[in-house]
Amino acid sequence: MGKTSGKIIDLRRFPGFLPLTLLCLVMLYAPLLVVMVYSFNDNSSITLWSGFSLRWYDDVFFGLEAPKFKQAALNSLTIAFAAATCATAIAVSAAVAMLRARNLRGRTASFALINLPLMVPEIVTAVASLIFFSAIGFTAGYLTILVAHIVFCIPFAYLPIAARMQSIEDTCEQAAMDLYATPAEAFRLILLPLMLPGIFSGYLLAFIISLDDFLITNFVKGAGIETLPTAIFGSVKQGIKPNIMAISTLLLLVSVGFVTLSYLASRMGQNPKTQINNDKKL
Amino acid sequence: MKTPLTSTALKAAVAAIALTGFSGLAQAEGKLSIYHWFEYIPQELLDSFSREYDVEVTMDTFDSNEALLASLKAGKLGSYDVAVPGDYMVEIMAGEGMLDSFKSSELSNFSNIQPQWLEVSFDPGRKSSIPYQWGSTSFAVNRDKYQGDINTTDILFNPPAELSGRINVLDTPGELLTLASIHLGIPQCSSDREQLKALNNLVQGAKKHWASFGSDTAKDVLVSGDVDVGMIWSGFSAKARAEGANVEYAYPKQGYIVWMDNVVLLKDAPNRANALKFMNFLLEPENAAAVTNYAAYTAGVSGTEPFLTDEVRNSPESNPPAKPVGVFVQACPQEVQELYDAIWTNLKK
Amino acid sequence: MAGGIADAGAGTGAGIYRGRAGWLILPSWLVIGFFLLLPVIMMLVYSFLTKEFRGGVIWEFSLAAYDRFFFDRGLFGDEAPVIEWTYITIFWRSLWQAGLATLLCLVIGFPTAWFIATRVPRHRTVWLLLITVPYWVNLLIRTVSMKFLIRDSGPLNEFLLWLGVIAEPVHLINTNLAVQLGLFYSYLPFMVLPVYASAERYNFALSEAAADLYAGRWTTLRLIILPVVRPGIIAGSILVFVPSLGAFLAPDLLGGAKTFMIGSLIEEQFKGNAGNWPFGAAVSMILLTIVMMLLLLYARTQTRREAR
Repeated sequence: MGKTSGKIIDLRRFPGFLPLTLLCLVMLYAPLLVVMVYSFNDNSSITLWSGFSLRWYDDVFFGLEAPKFKQAALNSLTIAFAAATCATAIAVSAAVAMLRARNLRGRTASFALINLPLMVPEIVTAVASLIFFSAIGFTAGYLTILVAHIVFCIPFAYLPIAARMQSIEDTCEQAAMDLYATPAEAFRLILLPLMLPGIFSGYLLAFIISLDDFLITNFVKGAGIETLPTAIFGSVKQGIKPNIMAISTLLLLVSVGFVTLSYLASRMGQNPKTQINNDKKL
Repeated sequence: MKTPLTSTALKAAVAAIALTGFSGLAQAEGKLSIYHWFEYIPQELLDSFSREYDVEVTMDTFDSNEALLASLKAGKLGSYDVAVPGDYMVEIMAGEGMLDSFKSSELSNFSNIQPQWLEVSFDPGRKSSIPYQWGSTSFAVNRDKYQGDINTTDILFNPPAELSGRINVLDTPGELLTLASIHLGIPQCSSDREQLKALNNLVQGAKKHWASFGSDTAKDVLVSGDVDVGMIWSGFSAKARAEGANVEYAYPKQGYIVWMDNVVLLKDAPNRANALKFMNFLLEPENAAAVTNYAAYTAGVSGTEPFLTDEVRNSPESNPPAKPVGVFVQACPQEVQELYDAIWTNLKK
Repeated sequence: MAGGIADAGAGTGAGIYRGRAGWLILPSWLVIGFFLLLPVIMMLVYSFLTKEFRGGVIWEFSLAAYDRFFFDRGLFGDEAPVIEWTYITIFWRSLWQAGLATLLCLVIGFPTAWFIATRVPRHRTVWLLLITVPYWVNLLIRTVSMKFLIRDSGPLNEFLLWLGVIAEPVHLINTNLAVQLGLFYSYLPFMVLPVYASAERYNFALSEAAADLYAGRWTTLRLIILPVVRPGIIAGSILVFVPSLGAFLAPDLLGGAKTFMIGSLIEEQFKGNAGNWPFGAAVSMILLTIVMMLLLLYARTQTRREAR
């Protein structure tokens, strides 16, 4: 809290930022509201409401295409988790090298390389990867998808982590070194905790990027393997089919579930005393 | 910061990687790998084939003939047993060496193929393909918005004032430029300069009347009322009407396009025997009718009439008049194709 | 490693990781180098080959692809070459689109990220996750839903009409504005998350100091906060700008696909009728070069700053 001429001003607040944030959220959720509401529609139209019904959810879980969608959803989620984890790990290691090591040679080249997956247009990555994988005999299947995903997730994980690290001075680590900490300890106990918001941001970005990818996955996947985007792609391009709306709503519920879980986890992990101190530290 | 979440995520990732080892374990007696258009075969039919022949069926989809060719060229040949290309694409694929051939004796239902679809220019005698469905490409007009004569290609290329800006055209150069050629009365795959310049000028001039280019959205924009005229495939038009749009399908006097989709046997098919069983299966009148009822096009197999639903049997899209006559899209040779590609790029730049 | 003395001079590196840097950067080189760099080099080679009819390449050297990009030889290829403006215009148009989308994301994303960063610590994750929850739903679905929302007969227009703000439906669909909205919508968290990562680090003692010096809120924002959050803003801008350049979903679905953007132009070469792989590769290489130059410019300014 700051004081100026006796008045207490909250230095964190900026007028207009809250409405903008709310506008942001509204814009993000509005199209989804439509999808959610019409997933309960009794007929398949997206413009006429004819009554509440759970038939599309029934179709998703027990209909003809249920096994396909279930497997696709499982594939998508597992690939996203695995790819985001690997990509984040690689990104952290790269960020430490780029931003903390003095005499890293070829720093510019490394920067270009790390961001390469971001810069190459998706269709080019897709076709080139397919041709390349076929040429080296990497049989298309689950693994090809995973590898391709890890590659393009790296820059998305790297950039937030690097941005975060740039605001952390290395004085703490130097102090640790002066106290005879090994580099590994300095990293683990000092740098890593400070970097966590960046790592978290990077992980989240990588996760949603992987979950969403269609073009690259479509080209490098093995025959018969589907991820959620490839399984539903046709259904959506021609106008969203109601069972897809049901799947989307379910996905939303799952992710909201994650949000709730993490909120509860954070509350449980906090000692009431440290919680008050943390709140004060703003 | 949020250490519990991070460690949970890490544990989940490890579990996920472990799971991947198990995901591919389910084996089946026999397999079949199909490369198909989206939403062009009912799932029940695939399941019934699967049960009858004890074969595990997987199906990947593509969204255009050219995408099919591109992915097979880039490395997917050898992963699939059968694919479903359009007429001109069969010829192209044969030229690229992507097709395997079969003898008519290998298919017990070979005689079910309707005679007019036996000696087709893209696969004479049917050595690598069987008919799947055929239909036409023209356009549909929302009768609530326009009551005049719609049986002329002027609606697309020289529309009346009230329809300008309310037209959607298909985003496929093959069909759009062919329809434009039909409108002008010039032959397809022409390399005559004057004709090509006229074609170029025609589409450039007509573009300002068009609201959008869209193939997958062709039905949706008519149903939602975004446009009043939509260049569209016949079955799609029937589906649009079924969804509530008051559209009438046009048979322009200048001519229109017909096409036929075919099931082809791919080279290096991993399950050739099952592929042939599947093709044979599709030549059963009952099964061909199931596809027809689903997609609202017409089968190239005889004996399907008793199995069709009334809606499909009687729809105007499935019953073209004797005149005017529809034409197939032709695959042009390289030098000519480049000219048409230039016109298309010109159009979209 | 015994070295604990801070090295004077360039870089934030403290020498702690001296000797390890090579190992740390190795995984990136291995993974990206093998699985992407090699394919991209292959594409580079392709751009100098002859196109095979209907896709593929013939292993014969040819500059036809680049020639096609820069020179216009008339519809029949036999007129005297003049500068081909078509593709340059497409690039320019895409650059504008991407730039505007980035600006939009910044204007809305920065306040959002700041807001989240100033929440109570245990709430921040929740807010961040709330921002990303919509992105669990596939982009195509969200774009199609957005299309449904903004069409002439859609809920947005109905709402505005009901409010009395407008007299006739606003024609949003198939316009540039719709494409902007689509791009903004696709890439918003790519701006919010990095900015948040930077902003969360901000030390409010600086604001207090500024206040003690009688600086107003907005001055503080401009002169103190923004420079500190700069790395996040730049990271976010890169993450929005570059993908927007190659995007084709929003331009196609929301803009009516009437004009080529870079993304749709390249896609047409590989997936479409044109089947001109060398040309597609050439356009991609040109795009890559432009983007790489921008990025390296940024990287240089970074190293120069740190060399202070």
